[in-house]
Amino acid sequence: MDLAQSAPLTKDNHAPSAQPTVLWVPTAKTGLMMWLTTVDHKKIGFLYGFFALIFFLVGGFEALLIRAQLMFPNGTVLTAQQYNTMFTMHGTTMIFLAVMPLSAAFFNFIMPLQIGARDVAFPRLNAFSLWTFVAGAIILNIGWFIPGPNHGAPDGGWFGYAPLTSKTYIPKHSIDYWVMGLQLLGVASIAASLNFIVTIINLRAPGMTMMRLPVFTWMTLFTAFLLILSFPAITIALVMLMMDRNFSTVFFEVSGGGMPVLWQHLFWVFGHPEVYILILPAMGIVSEILPTFSRKPLYGYPIVVFSGASIGFLGFAVWSHHMFTTGLGAVATAAFSLLTMCIAVPTGVKMFNWIGTLWNGRLMMRTPMMFALGFVWMFMIGGFSGVMHSAAPADAQQQDSYFVIAHFHYVLIGGSIFGLLAGIHYWFPLMFGRQVSEFWGKLSFWLIFIGFNVTFFPMHFLGLNGMPRRTFTYDANMGWNTPNFIASLGAFLLGIGMFTYFAVMAYTFFKGKKVGKDVWDARTLEWSLPNPPPEYNFRVIPTVHARDAFWYEKHHQDEIAKEQAEHGKAEADHGGIHMPNQSIWPFVASFGLLIVGVGATYFDSDWSPGIHAKLGTVLLGGAVTLMGIYFWAIEGNAGYHLHLDEHGNPVDEKHAKH
Amino acid sequence: MSSHAGTIDHHHDPSTSTGIPNKKLLMWAFLASDCMFFAALISTHLIYRLHPPAGGLDPKIVFSPELTSFSTFILLMSSLMMALAVTAIQKSNVKSCRWSLLATILFGMIFLGCQVYEFNHFVFEKKMTLSNSLLGTTFYTLTGTHGCHVAIGVIWLSLMYVRSFKPAPVAGQARAWFTKNLIHVVVLFALLLLSLKTMLGLVHAIQVEPTLGIAFSHFLKAEYLALLGALVSGGILISFARNSGPVDFNEHHAIDVESMGLYWHFVDIVWIVIFTAVYLLEYLK
Repeated sequence: MDLAQSAPLTKDNHAPSAQPTVLWVPTAKTGLMMWLTTVDHKKIGFLYGFFALIFFLVGGFEALLIRAQLMFPNGTVLTAQQYNTMFTMHGTTMIFLAVMPLSAAFFNFIMPLQIGARDVAFPRLNAFSLWTFVAGAIILNIGWFIPGPNHGAPDGGWFGYAPLTSKTYIPKHSIDYWVMGLQLLGVASIAASLNFIVTIINLRAPGMTMMRLPVFTWMTLFTAFLLILSFPAITIALVMLMMDRNFSTVFFEVSGGGMPVLWQHLFWVFGHPEVYILILPAMGIVSEILPTFSRKPLYGYPIVVFSGASIGFLGFAVWSHHMFTTGLGAVATAAFSLLTMCIAVPTGVKMFNWIGTLWNGRLMMRTPMMFALGFVWMFMIGGFSGVMHSAAPADAQQQDSYFVIAHFHYVLIGGSIFGLLAGIHYWFPLMFGRQVSEFWGKLSFWLIFIGFNVTFFPMHFLGLNGMPRRTFTYDANMGWNTPNFIASLGAFLLGIGMFTYFAVMAYTFFKGKKVGKDVWDARTLEWSLPNPPPEYNFRVIPTVHARDAFWYEKHHQDEIAKEQAEHGKAEADHGGIHMPNQSIWPFVASFGLLIVGVGATYFDSDWSPGIHAKLGTVLLGGAVTLMGIYFWAIEGNAGYHLHLDEHGNPVDEKHAKH
Repeated sequence: MSSHAGTIDHHHDPSTSTGIPNKKLLMWAFLASDCMFFAALISTHLIYRLHPPAGGLDPKIVFSPELTSFSTFILLMSSLMMALAVTAIQKSNVKSCRWSLLATILFGMIFLGCQVYEFNHFVFEKKMTLSNSLLGTTFYTLTGTHGCHVAIGVIWLSLMYVRSFKPAPVAGQARAWFTKNLIHVVVLFALLLLSLKTMLGLVHAIQVEPTLGIAFSHFLKAEYLALLGALVSGGILISFARNSGPVDFNEHHAIDVESMGLYWHFVDIVWIVIFTAVYLLEYLK
C-alpha cells in the first residue's frame, strides 16, 4: 500500500500548535505502529483472520491430543485432568477464538466492499473490537503459562455448568480466566456487531436497496443481531458465576436457595443462538460462491434471505432442547421439541435454494466450489442428525453421547469450517492478489473431506452404542475399540489435510501466482476493485442498478463509465475522498481491559497481599481504559482528504507529514 | 455533510442510506442489547422470588418504598431535564443546554445518593448482605448493575458539560484547550464526589443525633474538609463557566447530546420496570 502521501488536512482544520502532543495523529503506513493504529476495515479484517488461524491451529492440536488419548482403550496420553482441560479449551477456542473471529474477518474485509462503502460506520470502534478480542483471547489462554496448583488453563467445559464451576469444585483460578476471557470476547463481539449493523443499514451505496444486498451481507446483519441479543445472557450468567466465585453470592449455591438449572437456561439462551452465529456466516459465503461458479444468479434470493431471518428468529426459541433431560416438564419439552423441528424448515429451504442454484448451471469445479459443495452435503448430514435430536425421547438416549459429538462436528466442521475455508479460497485473490494452485487446493480439500468423514462418521455408531462424551477413557470390552481407532486415524488425516491447506495458503501468500482483478468473473461489488483493494476502496462510490451489481456493471460498461465520471467529479468538487485518521486510543482502551482482566483473575481475593494487588491492577487497568476512551473522544473523528490521479494513486504530496 | 447553522434537520441525515444518523442507530442497537442484559437480571430475580428458599428474608421487611418512590420520581424528572437539554442544543442554545445538563447530573446524583443510602441501610439495619441471602444476591446485583448504568450516565453527562466549553477557533486559529479541559473534568468530578460525601454525611448526622443543632455541628466537624473541597471546586467551576469565550458547541453537536439522552431515558425506563417488578410487586397481595 503506497498511500504514504496523504494530506493530513483534518476536517476540523486544527492548527497543529493547538493540539497537545498526546493527541498526535499517527500516520505510520508500515510496521508495528501501522498495525496498532490502523482503522482500515481491511487491515482489521486481516488481523482477525490472522489471530483466528493461529487459534484454529491451537484448537486443532488440542483435538488431536484428545483423539490420541482415545485411540486405544485405557489410553495414557493424557491424565483425566489434562483431558478435561483439552476438551474445554478445544471447544472454547474453536468457537470463540477460531470460527467467530474468522467470520469477523470476512465481515470486516468483505461486507463494506459488498455494499460499496469506504469503511465501517465507526472505524475506531472497529479497532477497539479487534484489540479487545485479542485481550480476551490472551486471558482465556493465560492459564497455560501460569504453573502451580492454583492456576492452569480452564477445565470446566465450554458450557461451564455451574455449580460444577463454583469455588467448591474448582478452587483454581482456571475458571476465573475462562469467565474473564469470555467477558472480554463478549464486549468485543457486541461492539463489532453494533458497528456492522449500523454499517449495513446506513452505509449502503446509492441504489443498494436492502433487497439488493449480497446474501453474505444479509447473513452478516443477522449474525450481528443474534450476537447483540444473545451475548447479554451469557454475560449476565458469567457475572453471576464471577460473583459466586469472588463475592460469595448464592446464585448457583443450592444450600442458599440457588438453582443450577438457572445457569443452564441463561447459558443456552445464549448458546443456541450462538450456533447460528457460527453457521450463518458460512451460509452467506456459500450463497456467494455457488451462484458465481454455477454462472447463474442465486435461486430464490428473497427466500434465502427470509430463511436466514427465520433461522435467526427461531434460534432464540429452541434453547431448551439442550436441556431435555433436566426435567423441564412435558409441556415445555413438547414445545421446545416442536420449535426445534420448525427450525429445520428454513434450513431445509436454503438447501433447496442452493440445489436450485446448481440446477442447470454451468458448474465450474474450482477449489472454492469444491468446499462449498462439501458444505452443502456435510451440513445436510449434520442437519439430519440435528432433526433426530429434536425428538425429545430420542434425545434422551443420545444425550451426552458421541452421537451428539458427531452431530455438531458435522454442522461445525462440515458446515462452518467448510464454508469458511471455501471463503478463504474464494476471496484470497481479492485480498492478496494471488491465487492458490488448483492442484494443491483440491488435494487439501479431499484430504480434509475424507479425514473429516472418517473421524466423525464412526462417532454416530459410538454414540448409539452408548459411549459417553467428556470421559477421558474407556475399557477394552465395551465394543468401542474399532470405531475409536478409525476416528483417530481420520483425525490425523484431517490434521494433515488442514496442514496442507494452510501450508499452501502460506506459500501462496508469499510466492503464489499473481492474478488480475475479478478472477472468478464474480457478481458482487468487491470484485470491481483492483487487488489488493486500495485503502480508500472505491475510487468513486458505485451506483447499484441490480442485485448482481457487478455482473450488471460488466454488461453495461458505457453507462457505468459515464455515471462514474460524473459522480467522481462531483465528489472531487466536494473535497475528494474522506479518510479517517489512524488512532492509538482504541488499542490503549483495550490494553487497559487486558490489565483489568489479568489483575481480576490472577490474584487471590482472600489473601491479604492478593486482594490489594488485585484492586491495584484493576484500578490501574480501569484508569488506562478510561484514559484511552477520554483521549479517543477528545481527539474526535477527524480525517483527511485524498485526491487521486488517473491511476488511482493519491496526489497532494506536499502535506505528507506534519 | 455538515450544512450551515440554522438549517439542520435534526430528524434526517442525508449522508446515510436511511436518513437516521449513525450515532443514533448505534445507540438504538446498543439499547436493544442492553435490554437483554436487564431482561436476564430481572427474570433471575423474579424466578428466585417465585421460588424463595425456606427461611429467606421477606422483602417487605427490608424495603422502604417511600425513599425508593422519591428517588424514582427524581430519576423520572431527570429525564425531563435531559429532554430539555436536547431541545436546547438543537436550537444552539448553549446556556440553556448547560443548565439542563447540570440539572440532569444533579438529579442523577440524588438518585445515586439514595441508592448508596439504601444499600447502606439494608446491609447494616436490615442485615441483608450480598452473600447471606438469595434476595440480597439478586437484589444487589440487579439494582447495582442499574446503579452502574446511572453512574456511567452521570460521567457521560459531565464530560458533555465540559465539552460544551470547547473554544471556537478565533480568526481561523484553533485555541489551546486540552489542559484546561482536563482540569475542568477533574474539578467537576471532585465536586460530584465531595458533595455526595457531604450530603450522605449530613443525612447520617441528622439520623444519629437527637437534635438538629447537635447533628449540624457534628456534621461540620466530620465533613468540613469535604465541604470546603466541594465549595472550592464549585467556585472554580463557576469561574470557568463565566470566563469562556465563543464555543464550538452548537446544533451540529445535537446528535451527540441526543444519543446520550437516548441512553439516559433508557436507563430511566429500566428503573421503572425494576421499581415495579422488584419493589411494588411485593406489595400486591
